[in-house]
Amino acid sequence: MNFEHTEDRRMLADSIGRFLREQYPFETRDKIVKSHQGWSRGHWTQIAELGSVGALFGEADGGYGGTGFDIAAVFEQLGRGLVVEPFLGTLLVGRAIAAAGSDAQRLKLAEIIAGNCVAAFAHGETDAGYELAHVATRAERKGDGWVIDGTKAVVAHAEAAGLLLVSARTSCDLADEAGISLFLVPAGTPGVSMRGYPVIDGGRAADVTLEGVVLGADALLGKTGEGFGVLERAVGAGIVALAAEAVGAMDAAKDATLEYLRTRKQFGVPIGSFQALQHRMADLLLEVEQARSAVINAAAALDEPDRVQRERTLSAAKFTVGRVGTLVAEESIQMHGGIGMTWELPLSHYAKRLVMIDHWLGDEDHHLQRYVALGRSGREPALHTTNSGLGSTEEA
Amino acid sequence: MDLNFTPEDEAFRAEVRAFLESRLPARFAERVRAGQQLPKADIVQWQHILNERGWLASLWPTQYGGTGWNPIRKFIFDNECALAHAPLVNAFGLSMLGSVLIKFGTEAQKRHWLPRILDGSDWWCQGYSEPGAGSDLASLKTSAVRGTDAEGEHYIVNGQKTWTTLAHYANMIFCLVRTDREAKKQQGISFLLIDLKSPGVTVRPIITLDGEHDVNEVFFDNVRVPAENLVGEENRGWDCAKYLLTHERTGIAGVGHSLAALGRLKEVAAKLRKNGRPLADDTSFAARLARVEIDLENMKTTNLRVIATVAAGGAPGAESSMLKIRGTQIQQEIASLDRRAMGPLALPAIGEACEKEVDELAPVVPADGAFAAARYFKLRATSIYGGSNEIQRNIISKTILGL
Repeated sequence: MNFEHTEDRRMLADSIGRFLREQYPFETRDKIVKSHQGWSRGHWTQIAELGSVGALFGEADGGYGGTGFDIAAVFEQLGRGLVVEPFLGTLLVGRAIAAAGSDAQRLKLAEIIAGNCVAAFAHGETDAGYELAHVATRAERKGDGWVIDGTKAVVAHAEAAGLLLVSARTSCDLADEAGISLFLVPAGTPGVSMRGYPVIDGGRAADVTLEGVVLGADALLGKTGEGFGVLERAVGAGIVALAAEAVGAMDAAKDATLEYLRTRKQFGVPIGSFQALQHRMADLLLEVEQARSAVINAAAALDEPDRVQRERTLSAAKFTVGRVGTLVAEESIQMHGGIGMTWELPLSHYAKRLVMIDHWLGDEDHHLQRYVALGRSGREPALHTTNSGLGSTEEA
Repeated sequence: MDLNFTPEDEAFRAEVRAFLESRLPARFAERVRAGQQLPKADIVQWQHILNERGWLASLWPTQYGGTGWNPIRKFIFDNECALAHAPLVNAFGLSMLGSVLIKFGTEAQKRHWLPRILDGSDWWCQGYSEPGAGSDLASLKTSAVRGTDAEGEHYIVNGQKTWTTLAHYANMIFCLVRTDREAKKQQGISFLLIDLKSPGVTVRPIITLDGEHDVNEVFFDNVRVPAENLVGEENRGWDCAKYLLTHERTGIAGVGHSLAALGRLKEVAAKLRKNGRPLADDTSFAARLARVEIDLENMKTTNLRVIATVAAGGAPGAESSMLKIRGTQIQQEIASLDRRAMGPLALPAIGEACEKEVDELAPVVPADGAFAAARYFKLRATSIYGGSNEIQRNIISKTILGL
């Protein structure tokens, strides 16, 4: 039993942390968020060059990490720095290619790992909520290739992406796990249009419409109709990432609030001397440590072969950071009082990110229900056998 | 990062499991599983069984007859015992007084008292709280005045202790007493060992809201205590009390007991019917159950993080306060779900539960749930005793947050 990161992982985390403190202070981040692009390719490239993207993938896939703890170590730093650049999409799409990609498609993965290609995860749809299997976008065979029609909602960094991963239904009914296929769609493919907008927690997203998008046979990622397992494994990595990012942001919000309690005076004394606030802060600390434990559990479970056990632990973590992140955000604002309501205070942006992390890849309600449903499926004979057929993510 | 135990620790776990399978009497496990208090004789018998194996004093070094385990071994042992529904041993002697004697006692005191704890000659209880000294423990008033008579140096003790758990099982009590009225609060307190059979001691039961007799009042009326029963220096008893609060508390979260209670609750929820369907399928019940299960898994990892720090030579500081708060919240939530699971069947009140076998109780109540409501009420105490959860928050805010 050991709860320390390896030397390599600590060094990587330290260098990302140092870079962000020096080169990505709040004023810089604020300028980036308000810019037309909504992210900074310069900062993205520099953070990637530190090794942050390579750490997200195993050696067999051209990276040098790839375990849950590698992902967690990187994203915890990104959370502390409140980074808006497109790391999550890169992770999600990259992991999907690593799991199911052909040799040709894996060349694209090398570009992604090198930081030369931004990738976006174009999966969610307006009526899907957080349900991973809900895919209405359709792909029909046309000759050797495919034609895709549908709309993907709130795709993070879609406008910046050189490559989109698009899910589409090739068979079965609307919310079936079977019958989902995945496609790699290069930016600028005819028939792809976007309506972009800034998102409230920083960065940009877009609704992506695909109208008669014609793709070659080589665009299909993995086997026809078997995309769900690939999605689930990629999203699992994404959950570890977001949960670790949330803990990094919680630490920053907690530190800022604690500092404020020590320095802000009212009635002639620091407000931290009031028991009403001390007890709330003590509870906050306790909850943040629980969230940290949940991330450790999830990172350890990411490569667990037993699906029910793995996915339950991942859902438990996303549920926990959803609940705790929102609590930390709300309590931090409240304990700051009026100043916590202002744009100029970095804390308020941490609070926004913490609350909105609950809106990416499933919120606390979704994951609590999923946790229960998975537990039930574990008790009864499996009704659906989703065999992801993945083996490439299991380096130690 | 590695959440796995070493192969040696896993082998130890298997050894503990095998021991419990062969040596834990089934009737003890049944009573514990049902949430019943065991009679003293049963606990003493269980302590004998553990002592034969050398596993009774899990916090003591081997030179005093303890196991010498590190906190990881202790965690594994406690968890396995809890999951097997083994009775709790008397922590007042084995964990609390034993640790204090080993740290602050004289060689003579250690040689006299420690073996008597191991072989069951003494059953210890704890005299800390007083009617006027609860969370503000240092305001205690029970007085001990030093004097000399024909038989030698002694203290004369007057005052009252309360909430004394299982004093009616005990023959000995360790007390915090005031030996200097002039000194500042914490500085005039001493740590004294008192024979409950001494003239002038009266033990009176306090019946708690679940109808049970677990706690007592203990009165001292001019009780003569030999001076050699002072542990540590006179007026430095608070050091002993604080030592208990900050050391050896890595087990305070009660992970094993909550895992056992949750396992039992899940079995109950799978069997019980609500409107003809398994209770486990009820959406709101299932969600609450899932929440507490997730909280428990998170806390287990938090607990292991603290244990790993201690095993590596660090000190468990105010982290034990976090574990105490969350641990008791989880225990209370599971007990609350236990009660709710029974629905209307939680209502029958079954008195003198300890005297009857579980299946003789009430015909309509499944044995699993006979004590659900009483247990729920009993467990309200967990967030009050051992330093209330509010006091724990004070400790966190002072020690960790520096507020």
